[in-house]
Amino acid sequence: MLNMKDIMETITMIQEEHLDIRTITMGISLLDCCDSDIDRSCEKIYQKIYHHTKDLVKTGEDIEKKYGIPIVNKRIAVTPIAILLAASGGDPVKYAKTLDKVAKEVGVNFIGGYSALVHKGFAAGDKELIRSIPQALAETDFVCSSVNVGSTKAGINMDAVKLMGEVVKETAQLTSERQCIGAAKLVVFCNAPEDNPFMAGAFHGVGEPDCVINVGVSGPGVVRSALAKMPKDAPLSEVADLIKKTAFKITRMGQLVGSEASEKLGVPFGIIDLSLAPTPAIGDSVAYILEEIGLEQCGTHGTTAALAMLNDAVKKGGVMASSSVGGLSGAFIPVSEDAGMIEAAKAGTLSIEKLEAMTAVCSVGLDMIVLPGDTPAETIAAIIADEAAIGMVNSKTTAVRVIPAIGYEEGQILDFGGLLGSGPIMKVNKKSSAVMINRGGKIPAPMQSLKN
Amino acid sequence: MRAVITVIGKDMVGILAKVSTACAQANVNVAEVTQSILDQYFAMIMLVDIDGMTCSLEELKNSIDASVPTMTVHVMHEDIFNSMHRI
Repeated sequence: MLNMKDIMETITMIQEEHLDIRTITMGISLLDCCDSDIDRSCEKIYQKIYHHTKDLVKTGEDIEKKYGIPIVNKRIAVTPIAILLAASGGDPVKYAKTLDKVAKEVGVNFIGGYSALVHKGFAAGDKELIRSIPQALAETDFVCSSVNVGSTKAGINMDAVKLMGEVVKETAQLTSERQCIGAAKLVVFCNAPEDNPFMAGAFHGVGEPDCVINVGVSGPGVVRSALAKMPKDAPLSEVADLIKKTAFKITRMGQLVGSEASEKLGVPFGIIDLSLAPTPAIGDSVAYILEEIGLEQCGTHGTTAALAMLNDAVKKGGVMASSSVGGLSGAFIPVSEDAGMIEAAKAGTLSIEKLEAMTAVCSVGLDMIVLPGDTPAETIAAIIADEAAIGMVNSKTTAVRVIPAIGYEEGQILDFGGLLGSGPIMKVNKKSSAVMINRGGKIPAPMQSLKN
Repeated sequence: MRAVITVIGKDMVGILAKVSTACAQANVNVAEVTQSILDQYFAMIMLVDIDGMTCSLEELKNSIDASVPTMTVHVMHEDIFNSMHRI
């Protein structure tokens, strides 16, 4: 029998602590849409995506009403478009426009997969697609793009890293009238997961089934308020335990929603990605969790250790609660989307260098960090290379989503509005990395790659 | 199938009556009611049977909302609580 305490706990989590299903993402394989004629290929893509996702938004809304739990985003992830471009040739932006059109038609929030996987080198279509990213993101609204430049198995493709430094900057330049928003829809990965439901890095990997439902659950506010009720002298092992229990409950809810969505849409259920994804709403912050653990402000000494514990405890709680946990699962640290991180960055407590250390133990990487507009492309490439190196050596996913704020200087604020929040322009090391970046070539795979 | 209705807000006359009436109109059977009043703050949890329900959960919520407009009302399928709090 349900008891009153449990019921009130669930309602408080949803009502006061911003517990939500962050996203239901449908992954769709476009491999069977391949055609040597780009227009025919686009037409097939449109038809296939429309056919599978026409009921996605409605189904999401029905589940919201049934369980009284908000489902914030409904999204689509598709096969990396570079693979289709390899067969068809032609202007890749046509694909971006097709994806944008179908996303608008079915009413989803984002569509990811304008992507290329180039960790070991460029295949046909890859370079063309990457070079078209700035234009594609400037001329569409809902398309998200990602490029995988490194992996533990393959090492880091430094030619791609150099190219991405330029692409990130150009993407920001082409959208400088709109807060450089293009760069917020572009992620550079190392060890990119094939089943990640979160944007902007979602794509549908080639090893995935034809069509699949992945669910992303969030809830930093719930974890923070659970910790707030704990005495300040409780040992860290108890703190970790409490985080685990809370993560378990949140994930169970995701599992319920995921299996229901999969049944209603007649599509197999893929994974739950349990990621503490902050939003600018008050209280919905990962930085506040770290501060609740006992740091005066996020970014000070001890932050990396606290984040490591948080990230691990979230995974442990999630694993038991779901039949299949995947994606990124852990804690996100996007600066502009997290009220506590924004404050810490403004106060100077949180620097890019500290964030980089934190990415060695969080679930992803340098996320939603706003850089001065005059940051050279080589420096952006070097930031990507550092981050990819952390991912490669630690066999984890790392990513870079930085926004060079064209026309802004260090200390100013770039305001995106909505879920993307606002970010203080952070201090970047002014010494040049150009010679290293311009060498190009590859960083060979580390010893960790030789596991067989 | 069962659903959980929660009604929270400032206490006043007739809350239980109004909510039960809305349930009866939708052919929803009330299985269990727990309510408490603390400092004029009213909290009620109703477990209801929705097998014979003649409308959707959303419509039921809207009609309860309309009958007690000053209160916060949640209508949720019981599975969400079972999945979160039972292993």
